[in-house]
Amino acid sequence: MTYKTRKAALLKTSGITLGLVLSLVAANSWAGLSSLRGEASIESGSNAPDVKREHADSPPIERNYFQQPPLIPHRIREYQITLRNNKCLSCHSWKTYKKAKATKISQTHFDDRDGNAQTSLAARRYFCTQCHVPQVDAPPLVGNAFLPVEELSK
Amino acid sequence: MTTPTNGKKGFLSRRSVKAVLIIGFVLGILFWGAFNTALELTNTETFCLSCHEMKDNVYQEYRNTIHYSNRTGVRATCPDCHVPKDWTHKIIRKIQASNELYHKALGTINTREKFEGKRLELAKHEWRRMKKVDSRECRNCHSYDYMDYTMQSRRASPQHIDGFNEGKTCIDCHKGIAHQMPDTSELSKEEREEFNLEQ
Ligand code: HEC
Ligand code: HEC
Ligand code: HEC
Repeated sequence: MTYKTRKAALLKTSGITLGLVLSLVAANSWAGLSSLRGEASIESGSNAPDVKREHADSPPIERNYFQQPPLIPHRIREYQITLRNNKCLSCHSWKTYKKAKATKISQTHFDDRDGNAQTSLAARRYFCTQCHVPQVDAPPLVGNAFLPVEELSK
Repeated sequence: MTTPTNGKKGFLSRRSVKAVLIIGFVLGILFWGAFNTALELTNTETFCLSCHEMKDNVYQEYRNTIHYSNRTGVRATCPDCHVPKDWTHKIIRKIQASNELYHKALGTINTREKFEGKRLELAKHEWRRMKKVDSRECRNCHSYDYMDYTMQSRRASPQHIDGFNEGKTCIDCHKGIAHQMPDTSELSKEEREEFNLEQ
């Protein structure tokens, strides 16, 4: 064995040892982690999550961060948004919002994707619940540090 | 008139008149009962769903709604909303239904596409019928006289108070609560006003 090959072999073994040690450490620290399912092993079944209660109607909900689509402060069961009909518009359209005392749709929702103003709701804004959602009693699964816009300007 | 035979004859005929009356009375009850039983049989959800036109379309949609599954488990079945409860109106509605049987035989709505094609027309019939009777079938279960507005949601109570003052009825505001809504964009301006569909 030449000096060079011995050195290579040494490097190789130490590399493997280091790898082993590192993976052991990693495996150990993983053992402390748990998924959203909790500590249950992969084979075992997990408990069904609690039934989430819908919030009753409330006044408009404060926004949590800049440009957040406003949340829906009421139940929307039975409100159909189909290709044929959009129940939300029966209170939130520009024609009806005053009588219904509802928030009117934002002006931005009349622009198509090229920024051209349309006379009616733009197709890409038609399905309200893509962005606006009602609320249930469910604590956030993951924390976040979003701030409402007033906080940012402080 | 004084011969015994004559007297016997009179007696017999009186008896037979009685018999005829009694038999007629009993048969009458039986027929009446059978008729009403048959009528009641056609007034069940099972009967409505024996036609695939209803089972595959409106029933599937209705199963996701509040009148099929809810907190209290009280249900409204098809005839609760679609067939009047009192006898006269029920009979009139049942006679109209013979037209529906005719279209069943013709296969007017025997595919999903044909059903969708006719949905607006069918819905308009129901909206007009309900409007004409001040949503009588809804009011069989829900009565505005007994609504406690303080217990209703923030949006419901002001709308109800204003709506009833303006003479509106349930169907003016609560369309599409049991089935998918038809495409109402083809309606004329007058019809949109008639059905309170301005948006
Ligand atoms: C057989 C009785 C019955 C009939 C007929 C009936 N309903 Fe109901 N409806 C109920 C019951 C019971 C509930 C409440 C269920 C619950 O919340 O537990 C209800 C709930 C509702 C709700 C509340 C929906 C919600 O999301 O809270 C509306 C709106 C409504 N009905 C409208 C109507 C209209 C309009 C009609 C007529 C087309 C009608 N109902 C016919 C029994 C009936
Ligand atoms: C002027 C429009 C209007 C009329 C007329 C009307 N409603 Fe309502 N109703 C509403 C609105 C708006 C709501 C609240 C939002 C929703 O459920 O769609 C509501 C809610 C309800 C609710 C749920 C109550 C709650 O606390 O949320 C019931 C039940 C109901 N209506 C039944 C009826 C019945 C029965 C009639 C006829 C006697 C009727 N409504 C007539 C507009 C109306
Ligand atoms: C809570 C009341 C209610 C119940 C229960 C109900 N319907 Fe309806 N139905 C309506 C109303 C109101 C309309 C008018 C159209 C609309 O507003 O959706 C309608 C319309 C229809 C139409 C016309 C087509 C359409 O979609 O508009 C058919 C057919 C129909 N119903 C069949 C049924 C059958 C079958 C059942 C039972 C599985 C049933 N309905 C249960 C209220 C009800």
